[in-house]
Amino acid sequence: MAHAEGQHHPAAGQGHAAAGAQHHEVGQQHPLGIYFKIWGLLFVLSTASYLVDYFHFQGYLRWALILVFMLLKAGLIVAVFMHMLWERLAIVYAILVPPLLLLVLLGIGAMEADYTFFTRGEFFGSQTAAPTHGPGATGPVQHR
Amino acid sequence: MAQPALTGTGEALPRPDGLEGIVADWSSDQRAFKNVPWGKAMMWIFLLSDTFIFSSFLISYMTVRISTTVPWPNPSEVFGLTIGGTEVPLLLIAIMTFILISSSGTMVLAVNYGYRKDRVKTFIFLLLTAALGATFVGMQAFEWTKLIVHEGIRPWGNPMGAAQFGASFFMITGFHGTHVTFGVIFLIIIAIKVLRGDLDKQRPGFMTGRKGNYEIVETMGLYWHFVDLVWVFIFAVFYLW
Repeated sequence: MAHAEGQHHPAAGQGHAAAGAQHHEVGQQHPLGIYFKIWGLLFVLSTASYLVDYFHFQGYLRWALILVFMLLKAGLIVAVFMHMLWERLAIVYAILVPPLLLLVLLGIGAMEADYTFFTRGEFFGSQTAAPTHGPGATGPVQHR
Repeated sequence: MAQPALTGTGEALPRPDGLEGIVADWSSDQRAFKNVPWGKAMMWIFLLSDTFIFSSFLISYMTVRISTTVPWPNPSEVFGLTIGGTEVPLLLIAIMTFILISSSGTMVLAVNYGYRKDRVKTFIFLLLTAALGATFVGMQAFEWTKLIVHEGIRPWGNPMGAAQFGASFFMITGFHGTHVTFGVIFLIIIAIKVLRGDLDKQRPGFMTGRKGNYEIVETMGLYWHFVDLVWVFIFAVFYLW
């Protein structure tokens, strides 16, 4: 973020010059080039994540690729399209830090679901819960 | 009675860098988000709350999917299209993804031309964004029809596997589609305001006494990019898992 802040000043200066005399228009005025680059990059990343499915990658490779492409796309949209790269840190942190709490919910959800799966297999003696579906094996493969 | 003089409180104050700057902004008088327009700060806070709603949906979906002992229907096949006799996996969803990303691109151009006060170009790009959004909703309607009518998927069960599939699918994509629909409506409203010159003339809006300003185009843009952002997550964890 410190790096992004470093870039803030020249970008803001350009915006100021472009907006002319009206000082309240300092706003988020950036050269079009960066938007087109990010737009292209988003297309490439979307194609890549589609190809993950098209070529039937499985297991941890599939997961790693899907999550990396997802986070890259999300990061580019928030940083450039939503201008977070050029906002003051006070609002950047106010908006981007609270969602980290969701990781706790994610962890609790995954643990709870594992336990539910285990008890269902244990007590209902499900026909479909094959031995490979053990409580420890929560990898992405088992649900395919 | 003399009116109190207006002072430039909207100006960005000099501040220290990094963490010290955050502390300085938050501990200062009256407003923490300096040089962030009011509407934009509020939109961000709304989007933050929306983030929690969508995350709750996606995390509950993860929970039911991990805990079910019945095989989950394979999204790659469920959402595949048959074209010329060959089955192409996830084709419709891929096209929808590209449409939504394109609409984000046109939105960003609208915001940019808005700040340049280029009325006509802003209008055109806003309308183009709305059109792409409407196309997305249309394709979603097609997808829902296909799933409900032809494949018999219901919120309480389906012929392909785990019963939770339908509930998760309709809830998550339905909520997202609703967001897109409202986005399209507001894009059209703002496009009309731009073309009429409401923002140049600073005419107050219908819901607020505040003067019209091109910042509302950026605020609208934030909402629209958020809709795209949510789709990125839905695409990854619902369709590709």
